[in-house]
Amino acid sequence: METLGHLAHGFSVAFTPVNLMWCLLGTTLGTAIGVLPGLGPALTIALLLPITYQVAPEASFILFAGIYYGAMYGGSTTSILLNTPGESATIVTALEGNRMARSGRGGAALATSAIGSFVAGTIGTMGVAFLAPVVVKFALAFGPAEYFSLMVLAFITVSAVLGSSSVRGLTSLFAGFVIGMIGVDLQTGQPRFTFGTNELLDGVDVIIAAVGLFAVGETLYMASRRYAGKDEIVPLKGSLYMTAAEWGRSWKPWLRGAAIGFPIGAMPAGGAEIPTFLSYAIEKKLSKHKEEFGTVGAIEGVAGPEAANNASAAGVLVPMLTLGLPTSATAAIMLSAFQSYGINPGPLLLTTQGDLVWGLIASLFIANVILVILNLPLIGLWVRLLKIPAPQLYAGILVFATVGTYGISQSPIDLVILYLLGAAGFLMRRFDFPTAPVIIGMILGPLAETQFRRAMTISNGDWSVFYTHKLSLTLLTLAFIGLAGPHIWAFIEHRRRRGPEHVPGDA
Amino acid sequence: MLNRRRFLMSTAAAGAAGLVASHLSPAFAEGAPQIQIFVPAAPGGGWDQTGRTIDQVLRSEKLISGSQITNVGGAGGTVGLPQFISQWNGKGNTLMVAGMVMVGAIIANKSANNLTEVTPIARLTGEFEALVVPADSPFKTAADFVAALKADPTKVPVAGGSAGGSDHILFGLIAKTVGVPATNLSYVPFAGGGEALSALLGNQVAAGISGFGEFSEQIKAGALRLLAISADKRQDGIDAPTMREAGIDVELFNWRGVFAPPGVSDADKAAMVTMIETMAKSDAWATECKNRNWTPILLTGDDYAKFLTEDTARITAILKDLGLA
Repeated sequence: METLGHLAHGFSVAFTPVNLMWCLLGTTLGTAIGVLPGLGPALTIALLLPITYQVAPEASFILFAGIYYGAMYGGSTTSILLNTPGESATIVTALEGNRMARSGRGGAALATSAIGSFVAGTIGTMGVAFLAPVVVKFALAFGPAEYFSLMVLAFITVSAVLGSSSVRGLTSLFAGFVIGMIGVDLQTGQPRFTFGTNELLDGVDVIIAAVGLFAVGETLYMASRRYAGKDEIVPLKGSLYMTAAEWGRSWKPWLRGAAIGFPIGAMPAGGAEIPTFLSYAIEKKLSKHKEEFGTVGAIEGVAGPEAANNASAAGVLVPMLTLGLPTSATAAIMLSAFQSYGINPGPLLLTTQGDLVWGLIASLFIANVILVILNLPLIGLWVRLLKIPAPQLYAGILVFATVGTYGISQSPIDLVILYLLGAAGFLMRRFDFPTAPVIIGMILGPLAETQFRRAMTISNGDWSVFYTHKLSLTLLTLAFIGLAGPHIWAFIEHRRRRGPEHVPGDA
Repeated sequence: MLNRRRFLMSTAAAGAAGLVASHLSPAFAEGAPQIQIFVPAAPGGGWDQTGRTIDQVLRSEKLISGSQITNVGGAGGTVGLPQFISQWNGKGNTLMVAGMVMVGAIIANKSANNLTEVTPIARLTGEFEALVVPADSPFKTAADFVAALKADPTKVPVAGGSAGGSDHILFGLIAKTVGVPATNLSYVPFAGGGEALSALLGNQVAAGISGFGEFSEQIKAGALRLLAISADKRQDGIDAPTMREAGIDVELFNWRGVFAPPGVSDADKAAMVTMIETMAKSDAWATECKNRNWTPILLTGDDYAKFLTEDTARITAILKDLGLA
């Protein structure tokens, strides 16, 4: 109950008019930058760092936290409406969300993502307030071997997005591996597939790849089909917000998404993308409307991943506030802001800076409420975007994608990559190769490789680490069940039904 | 029409950011120059913070009227360096922030340009490194660590920053001085300080090497044990020997400094050296350094150039031993 007292005190810090104003400014700014591809929360907070010379620590952290949460809300808007993800954590949202938007349920997709973000963000923030010490212990138990097994588990999610042909899907996945391998190899410091280009040493940004493959590829495909009269966008069908049936289909994915997102977000190398992949795969498996996945868009496929990414955003704050460990780019920059105040973020932060930390946590609750109030009325406005005639809309998307990409690092090479991948996306669409596995391969491939090689370096080449560590073995077993389970089940069913016919002399 | 709305929204966002920024730039002394600061890294990192702190202190000391900061990030600075050399050639009142990491990156990336092509102005700060172990590690002293390393280096996995970076270089130097072949080392690189720290706290590795600031709070809280630091002498408030005192003849500062473009006139160069010297001696600079755990290690002009040559030679040699150059 001590925590409740601290929290109450935190709310008294956050509820001053000035701090509420900072929270509102932060959430608004965060939503705006989340909408723009390229401008992420890390960059925005970095650019606003000089503010720490002028205002009190509480105020600037409330502002930064607002930007951080706001970006998570805003990122889904363009994913759903324009198939142009603003953040890497909202790439999965584009898969079903954009299908829904095209079939007239864009309002419902936006609503489920906003409300799901609110629900999961609130659950996640409660986790930060009440469970942080427990969760952080669990998170530290994850070493390279466990992470590798987690990646293996995440790879089974690929099967959820493979499309009609496994061969085509796996081809896409391996193309993703190759693109993900471009750049300096972290383990040896040697460049791979950079063809002597300095700009490629840092690899291909996954946002640029997603925008290129999804948005630019789609635009080119639409342009080529201009007179075929296919794939028409229905701006709105039925109610603007969610129907009762859609509410019924959303709430469980929200809770499951939060349960997956928060602990993985709290892991030092967990990140925000993996929980969205896992949530998507689980929702597809559990859904009673599998036929809607990849066709008209299934609301579960938006609700789950969106909840997962917001809960993981809260999870990231756990190691940051309890141990002073920055586990994402945004957290690292927020920690450097602590330093400009002469505050050293570390395991003692909670005791030495209680006011600041609890004020920050309280302001996260407030930010969540402000964000859902801010975002729901905007839905009506956003949906009207789809009423723009196709040629103008797609031209707009192209401009938007180009400007956003240039904004990431002001590098012309990035634009070349964007359009090369756009052309590749067009060809893949034309010849019926799914594009989502490319992105999954780009994200998971290098992560799995790094963790595998780290695990092998530490164990001095001993493979047993993957099955002697209990956590690692559990994850690998789950992955095996996920992959082989349905086949074994089908085989048993098959035997049970048809078994007697195959056994001569029986009966 | 809705594109316009979006456009308005983005301008509003940019405007809000601009508002804050302009609010932060009060009027400054007349006659002081306007300078350009070139940061070959993305906003938020060490070089960027150095650049922004230089800007802040120069303005508060009224040495400049204002500055424009340009970030060109990527590949340890080797993306920005060629641009600085070709596009800023001969321009006075222009400073690039760089450091030891760039020296390493130039060698490892086999970059076409290097730091001999720009004009050294001053080495400003350094961060000494720390050798730490988890609290319940059997290694009580640096000697225990060295003994284990000598016995079998493959059984002593050490976590640190990216391959070929300052942490890896220091590990190579330690091995070299105690007579362990660098190629046998088990170095586990992590992308960021946070990840390396969590590997230490989770007892995944035997030891860790990184900037002292990365570990200081964990050491204070008793989660990590500090075995030695790579500074030249004992530091106030830090209860650990230097590497030399612990019997490892190594000293290393992950230094940061500023450079002018190639082809600047002698007068311009002298003016920039004077400006940076005045700044580095100010109280405001001392306070910033203290807050950020930076050790001031000022070295200017020709002395800096000489140091740069020596350090480049030392880094090249060790990266060769580690198989990275």
